[in-house]
Amino acid sequence: MIKSELARKMYKSETDWGEVQRQVTLSWGQAGSIAYRNVTMRLGRALITAAGVVLGIAFLTSVWTANVAQEGIMEYEATSATAVAAEEAALAPGAEEAEAEERARAARQAWLVIMSLLVSAVGITNSMLMSVTERFREIGTMKCLGALDEFIVRLFLIESAVLGLLGSLLGALVGHGIMMLVYMIRQAGVAAMMDWGQMLIYLAIALAIGTVLSLVAAVPPAVRAARMPPAAALATEI
Amino acid sequence: MARIECPECGHTEETTGLVTVCPECSTDLRNVMEEVGHRRGRMREIAHDDSMTTHEFIVRTKDLHKIYIMGEVEVPALRGVEINIRRGEYLSIMGPSGSGKSTLFNMVGGLDKPTKGTCFIEEVDMAQLDAFELAWLRCRKIGYIFQTFNLIPVMTALENVTLPMIFAGMSSDEMMDRGALLLDLVGLGDRLHHKPFELSGGQQQRVAVARALANNPAIVLADEPTGNLDLQTGKEIIDLLKELNEESGVTIISATHDLKMIDVSDRVVHIRDGEVERVENRADLDLDVGTLGSDEKPELDEGE
Ligand SMILES: Nc1ncnc2c1ncn2[C@@H]1O[C@H](COP(=O)(O)OP(=O)(O)O)[C@@H](O)[C@H]1O
Ligand SMILES: [Mg+2]
Repeated sequence: MIKSELARKMYKSETDWGEVQRQVTLSWGQAGSIAYRNVTMRLGRALITAAGVVLGIAFLTSVWTANVAQEGIMEYEATSATAVAAEEAALAPGAEEAEAEERARAARQAWLVIMSLLVSAVGITNSMLMSVTERFREIGTMKCLGALDEFIVRLFLIESAVLGLLGSLLGALVGHGIMMLVYMIRQAGVAAMMDWGQMLIYLAIALAIGTVLSLVAAVPPAVRAARMPPAAALATEI
Repeated sequence: MARIECPECGHTEETTGLVTVCPECSTDLRNVMEEVGHRRGRMREIAHDDSMTTHEFIVRTKDLHKIYIMGEVEVPALRGVEINIRRGEYLSIMGPSGSGKSTLFNMVGGLDKPTKGTCFIEEVDMAQLDAFELAWLRCRKIGYIFQTFNLIPVMTALENVTLPMIFAGMSSDEMMDRGALLLDLVGLGDRLHHKPFELSGGQQQRVAVARALANNPAIVLADEPTGNLDLQTGKEIIDLLKELNEESGVTIISATHDLKMIDVSDRVVHIRDGEVERVENRADLDLDVGTLGSDEKPELDEGE
């Protein structure tokens, strides 16, 4: 089985090692390349784990898309209906009513944004907890092979940032897409009425929130997992 | 270097920190050494005298205890295990399921801390090492093989084998060459770029063997390496380990309740309920190989 000659050449047990030395930490770059491979290799699995991120960010972007669409429509109606404006002005009680309705709508929107932020936070925390715990055994194995705690933490921070960004992108696409469809059905040509600058800002904020929350949420489980004795990490059954 | 004096017999010795017992009366000198600035049992300087770097026993445990705490209950998994493992030997740790084999594996491999007692590797007290030194030891000096293979699922065979080399800071080219050669060595030269799920159990375990050898370790620790393999494949892994042991002089410590292991072992340590029951040498094994089989069979039935 073994090619003896090869074995002798290649593999000689090193029994003299003098002083015990200190392991050096791998750079962020090295951690990054391993993290990148980890995420891309199991993209499907990773996105299932990141479902919390996707759903949370989809909710948030859908609320903001609805917001921008609604405002666009109202703006459009306000400008195109200048003829009716005079008539409306005459009906003072009606205008007051409209104003009250507008205030209620704004409050409802704010409430929805807060709710969706909460959903995102909970979903993302859960996702990141899952992404670490489902890989305890792998963490234990890597520690056996010489990984330092810092390396494990770095690996998971990079992975969760990438996962957070990807999940948020997907979530933003889904949330924005669905809400646009809903509004297109309700009001033809809604896209032309919308303030796209504002929409882009909202999308960027949603991506940033998803990524940063993912990163932050991954810190406690990653640190905890990295500090586990390898035996304990290896013993966990998922 | 420091001059230390043995508190028992008054013998004085210039020491680099390598010698931890008095050469005259075998008194433990580590406390004295600590006083004169050596960290306990730590090799501070590389000794130039060859005889000083090699010790008779590559692994030594002293009164090793491990108690797991499960809620209110204390589970004693190891109860005062003392074993001395010689350099280059093939040692099997036999015992029924739950006897403490894996626990001992974890202590010797620096994967967990004992509740009481000490484990020395090359006379270095593992309890005195910090996280960086332990990681270095795990990376360079010990290779691990597990019952469940524990390959990284997203990495190819070659990437799995080169991972410990990345941790050891090896250059990329050297890593690839060495990884390919090691895989060739274990008979997987044509499977470099296969993922673990594309390989059979026996092939996965071969990758794990190659990975364990990545950084030329002094010790290969195997915890039931044949536990998840069929008879024939298990036999092949055992033979592979034996050949490596003979070719390279690597010390192999294998926890097992696989009777096939007995044939290749230099010594067999039988443990039961966390205690060493008896130790058999190669010579004894050859003598009563007939009685051994019937002795061990009940244990096999308790298999995991
Ligand atoms: N992580 C743990 N927590 C609690 N008890 C444990 C743990 N690991 C092992 N034990 C207990 O310690 C004893 C020895 O276990 P182990 O070393 O795994 O035996 P073996 O490997 O010989 O089958 C068993 O009674 C087992 O239940
Ligand atoms: Mg076991």
